[in-house]
Amino acid sequence: MQLFPCPFCGPRDETEFHYGGDAGNARPDGADVPIDRWADYLYLRSNPKGTAREIWVHMSCGEFFVMERDTLTHKVLSSTALGGEYAA
Amino acid sequence: MTRRYSALSLFKEGLAGQTGWKQAWRSPEPKASYDAIVIGGGGHGLATAYYLAKNHNIARVAVLEKGWIGGGNTGRNTTVVRSNYYYPESVELYGLAHRLYEGLSKDLNYNVMLSQRGMVNLCHSTAEMEIGARTVNAMQINGIDAELFSPEDVRRVAPIYNFSPDARFPVFGGIWQGRAGTARHDAVAWGYARAASRLGVDIIQNCEITDFIIEGGRCHGVQTTRGAIRAERIGMAVAGHSSVLAAKAGFRLPINSYALQACVSEPVKPILDTVVLSPGAGVYVSQSDKGEIVIGGGLDRIPSYAQRGNLPTLETVIAGLLEMFPIFGQLKLMRQWAGIVDVVPDSSPIIGESPLPNLFLNCGWGTGGFKAIPAGGTLLAQLLATSKHNDISRPFDLDRFASGRLIDEAAGSGIAH
Amino acid sequence: MTASRLAAGGSAIDRSRPIRFSFDGASVDGFAGDTIASALLASDVVVVGRSFKYHRPRGIWGVGVEEPNALVDVGGPQATPNTRATTEPARDGLVAKSVNATPSALTDRNAFLDRFSRFIPAAFYYKTFMWPDWHMFEPRIRAMAGLGKVDTDWTSPGTPDQINHHCDMLVLGAGPAGLAAAKLAAGAGLSVTLVDDQPKPGGSLGHRAGEVDGKPAGVWIEETVAELAAGGHLVLPSTTAFGIYDHNLVGLNQRHLDGRPDTMWRVRPRHIVLATGAIERPLPFANNDLPGILSADAALVYLRRHAVLVGRRVVVATNNDSAYEAAAALAEAGADVTLVDIRRDGTPVAPAKVRLVKGRALASAKGRLRVEGVTLDDGSRLDADCVLVSGGWTPTIHLFGQARGKLAWSEARAAFLPGDPVDGISITGAAAGAVSLSEVFASSETAVASLGRTKAAAPRSTGVEATDGIVAAWPMPGSKGRIWIDYQNDVTVKDVELAARENFVSVEHLKRYTTLGMATDQGKTSNLPGLALMAGITGRTVPEVGTTTYRPPFTPVPLASFAGPRVGELMAPVRRLPLESVHRASGAVFQEYGGWLRPAHYGGRGADAERSIQDEAWRARQSVALFDGSTLGKIEVIGPKAAEFVDFLYYNTMSTLTPGRCRYGFMLSENGVVFDDGVLVRLDEHRFVVSCSSSHVTAVHARLEEWRQDRFGRDAVYIHNATSEMATLTVSGPNARKLLEKLELGLSLDDTDLPHMAIGHGSYAGDEVRIARVSFTGDRSYEISIRADRAEPLWAHLRQAGQAFDAVIIGLEALMILRAEKGFIVIGKDTDGTTLPHDLGSEGPRSKRQTEHVGRRSLLTEEASRSNRLQLVGLTVPSGEAPLPTGAHAIRRVDGKLKSQGFVTSSYQSPTLGRPVGLGLIERGAARHGETIEIQHLGKIRTATIAAPCAFDPAGERLNA
Repeated sequence: MQLFPCPFCGPRDETEFHYGGDAGNARPDGADVPIDRWADYLYLRSNPKGTAREIWVHMSCGEFFVMERDTLTHKVLSSTALGGEYAA
Repeated sequence: MTRRYSALSLFKEGLAGQTGWKQAWRSPEPKASYDAIVIGGGGHGLATAYYLAKNHNIARVAVLEKGWIGGGNTGRNTTVVRSNYYYPESVELYGLAHRLYEGLSKDLNYNVMLSQRGMVNLCHSTAEMEIGARTVNAMQINGIDAELFSPEDVRRVAPIYNFSPDARFPVFGGIWQGRAGTARHDAVAWGYARAASRLGVDIIQNCEITDFIIEGGRCHGVQTTRGAIRAERIGMAVAGHSSVLAAKAGFRLPINSYALQACVSEPVKPILDTVVLSPGAGVYVSQSDKGEIVIGGGLDRIPSYAQRGNLPTLETVIAGLLEMFPIFGQLKLMRQWAGIVDVVPDSSPIIGESPLPNLFLNCGWGTGGFKAIPAGGTLLAQLLATSKHNDISRPFDLDRFASGRLIDEAAGSGIAH
Repeated sequence: MTASRLAAGGSAIDRSRPIRFSFDGASVDGFAGDTIASALLASDVVVVGRSFKYHRPRGIWGVGVEEPNALVDVGGPQATPNTRATTEPARDGLVAKSVNATPSALTDRNAFLDRFSRFIPAAFYYKTFMWPDWHMFEPRIRAMAGLGKVDTDWTSPGTPDQINHHCDMLVLGAGPAGLAAAKLAAGAGLSVTLVDDQPKPGGSLGHRAGEVDGKPAGVWIEETVAELAAGGHLVLPSTTAFGIYDHNLVGLNQRHLDGRPDTMWRVRPRHIVLATGAIERPLPFANNDLPGILSADAALVYLRRHAVLVGRRVVVATNNDSAYEAAAALAEAGADVTLVDIRRDGTPVAPAKVRLVKGRALASAKGRLRVEGVTLDDGSRLDADCVLVSGGWTPTIHLFGQARGKLAWSEARAAFLPGDPVDGISITGAAAGAVSLSEVFASSETAVASLGRTKAAAPRSTGVEATDGIVAAWPMPGSKGRIWIDYQNDVTVKDVELAARENFVSVEHLKRYTTLGMATDQGKTSNLPGLALMAGITGRTVPEVGTTTYRPPFTPVPLASFAGPRVGELMAPVRRLPLESVHRASGAVFQEYGGWLRPAHYGGRGADAERSIQDEAWRARQSVALFDGSTLGKIEVIGPKAAEFVDFLYYNTMSTLTPGRCRYGFMLSENGVVFDDGVLVRLDEHRFVVSCSSSHVTAVHARLEEWRQDRFGRDAVYIHNATSEMATLTVSGPNARKLLEKLELGLSLDDTDLPHMAIGHGSYAGDEVRIARVSFTGDRSYEISIRADRAEPLWAHLRQAGQAFDAVIIGLEALMILRAEKGFIVIGKDTDGTTLPHDLGSEGPRSKRQTEHVGRRSLLTEEASRSNRLQLVGLTVPSGEAPLPTGAHAIRRVDGKLKSQGFVTSSYQSPTLGRPVGLGLIERGAARHGETIEIQHLGKIRTATIAAPCAFDPAGERLNA
């Protein structure tokens, strides 16, 4: 059982969280976005072995945030509210 | 020296103290170059090397394995072999694998213990039965053996299931594939390794890829912990670590790596004679020839490269198991582990040339790679030998993500494989 | 023979409480405090089981979790197959049966297999059974395999508890190291939890000589434990730590000796101290698996704790100092003891009454069902009824390994010791390689001091100190005879040699090929000798060969402990309607739909159920129907950018909606697939209510939040899920308005004031109600939403007023028929994970909308534009035929082969139309109305004609009738 730090609620069990994908995967808008760019956004993932920046949601409070963690050792490096302004 | 495996050779060796057996596979020093390199000494990689030699007469092949062969998902899965798929493309792919499995022990001269004891996917509601009917009909139309089971049929193959009226996951019926079953996972890796080695393939263990040799925008080999090894055709079959190698090769894949856990009970005398999957409980279960109850469930919910079990998923899976089979409440958990699986948005594999020319992919099998090993090997071997897709592998090319033509079994049949 | 109970002594047993149990049908006497193993030994029952493969007779080897041989099936309510006799308390009336033996361990009829052992070495099964087919052999092999038997009459003894626990320091192991660490930590003000797998704390101090702080060890143990308990610290005996998981969560399994099922503890300590001790290894010699050959330390435990003398003529073989105490104690207790020490020099002095043979090792043991003597490596023979061995000690570092601690090989200690420290974990005592009590206490002091809090003084050893002096005695390649490495799985030196010969030299290959260390004991006594042998064969060092991965659980844990209270509905809770009890009183038959428990219909089962459903659907069209639609999602979207927000979330433009009106629309996923459908209500300029499918509420809510936070900002939109706060009661049918008028809800129901797709606000009994004119039946309908806790009187009033109109309460099944008659879809039933909105006939926004929305770009791909997509259609059958089976496929023939061209998604008998209605997704279906196609279900083929989805009132006149 991993402990994840919600920027709003503090450390909580991993079962309260849901993974939301790579941080920084900006959505391209428009009907004319090149299809490869759109497919990149939809499907391609960094999936690093080691340090990863990811979007997570703490389902108990409903807040999304950015967490940095190591996907091999499971060490959590940081967590920051989206936009950063509510960082705990 | 005894080379061929048979009851007679085993008897003769018995008289001679079992001292005449040869190495199952050779462990030579890597050469500076090969006609083809296969990265990954799991089932898919070893099968690829075997079929390159057998089907295409390309035997100057090296299989490069970071650790020990069969040590990844090949040796960590729950050994189910089946082809009960919904879409025709999937049926062609997994059907090929299933047929090859049926002849594999004799082909390899290695008993992989394919045990076709049948598999039932349970349906727990009227709605699930309707989807079950849709799936069975699709399978029958596509030429796969499938039956829609009634509750009585389920009771016949799994009499110890929880049929009580207050069961949380009552049985409305099920999807049955009689040809499905299990195989001995390690034996598949070792059988392919032995057969490939005898055809001249070099199996190099403890050989980790550190970089790709890229010249003129094409891949010409690999740098490894045991030196540079060159080839004009490189295949990779490294499952959950595909993204790591892709990053070295300069591209990204539509893959997330997750731990998939499995566990076994202590061995007991035969009590469960088929493979049972309950989508409600989120569990599939069978009993190994050794007597252990082999338990698998859903993915861990957190992307990970840590090949270790954890508690939350295990607790959920075992709670589901005991809901299915309350009498297993008297058993004890003996071993728990995890493999890193490569999860693709449509849960179908990726077979084809990568964005780096000369480098070919076999990945994205997610939770279901073991059953596909003979097909994965056959198709990647053909790509490496001819640079051309087999009709069966064409739909699974990486280009499907841009075209939008995904092959999503869960979308079609409601069953995530 | 010759094992027997002494007349006095035994710190663990209570002679005033005799017990009697049965083993393999024979009666066995013992005392409270005995384990099954100690009682069997006291009764001189030596053959207690059979090995997995060769069915060799096997006796008790050890005294705890390391036991490879003595497994029994325990019957009764706490039945568990494969129970270790060495850790299972003997209880009065207990029924134990040896495993893998028929009819008994002593007279196993499969014992003949041992004579064929040369033909069935490690992994022989990979080399044969291929012709004609594995299936010919498998049933017989399967019947031979397995150990214990599952009791098919077993019922659960109760729901196991699971406890979450926090503490400053969790100490695993209550031997001298653990007790010292716990005492020091408690003294420093830390909250301590101390865990030990034995019923009584003390570890080796409980049976080995020792004196602490000038007191006999037993006294010091009791004082220390009492001191901890008095300080409010938790001491858990009979509890085994089975795993260290992510972020140092520790799993404990606690046994209860009163018949309750085990308890699982999930402990989150700030710091873990591993004081897990060490396990004694066997020595390699031929037939070293014979019954009557025990761990020397085990014999000492049985003597001192259970007053059992394991033999009369005892040979003790050792390569280290630890066995000297056992030799001395057994001699003292009256046994004739010969001590055979592999070491020529540097041995301790021979204990009193013990013959010491230096510089010799055992070459073989002889005997059939039990050991009768040994041959030394000089050829000399000794008679013996019991052989005790000590091959040295393997530190119990499994948990350290699980926590990814790296191990360091110590050649001097002939063992892997803990290497670099792991965050939050200390390792101390014998587990860290300490031998003497002074070393043990010093290591515990260091461990606690590393937390910077030590105040109290560490315990001091004031007695005789243990020494080690080990000279490694690993199994050697080329040894004569059959020398067992893994007892339970029958792996011998020759098997390891065979593995090496065949290139299975990696330690993981060795394990998998020979099954070394894969038995229920997980190789606690066999792994290290096995890999040391592999090192010897391949000319590598032990650390070069390395260890296999340490995986949980340390010892087998009941599956039920992991499930805990998650049984039945608690396994996967269902959501329930506020009016469930009212519906039950009305005779509702409930079914689960998308996680909700809802009335399927009101009356009967089987054929009666079908009649009820048809009757409900028929009557609903005649006058008026009442339906509980409370599961409908009601998610409010509020804020200055609410209109922009819903535009982005929906496929359809929603910002043009007039306040007070509703609009039907789709929500898509980014891949363009229809994720949900429903009606959006605009309450006012900046306030909307998203009505989503019952089963999608949670997921839709999560999506709204994600886009809100990630695209629009917290200050622009606010989302509130009001689904469970509000009940929604639906009145539908030609007389719906007339019925509603009886309730005086305080608003005009005139169609100009409240037209179709409009909302009105009223009140009922003082509570605000919201009435939406939306229809899922095609008839005039009113959805009334009210506070969930005030819904019951309203429902009762509707029913009472409905009597005048012959109103009918309908369940979900009748509603399904009504909506299918109209061609209204259910997402996930009439769509699949590939359905795009234009497949459902909604092309407008795709081709015309100019503003951004979720999934937009995905609707313009090659795949989305494919001409042969599956499209929603109606399906009719020839007159007089039954409904099509849902799930049947439309087929066509291509080159003589069948091909699917779509499938039936919904199909019902319509009582109103007097014929079946069906919906399906069919290739190019929208352009094929009127075409007759073949439909296949389970091999049988019928025909159907493609039609428009709507089969009833296509002009929609009944909405305002």
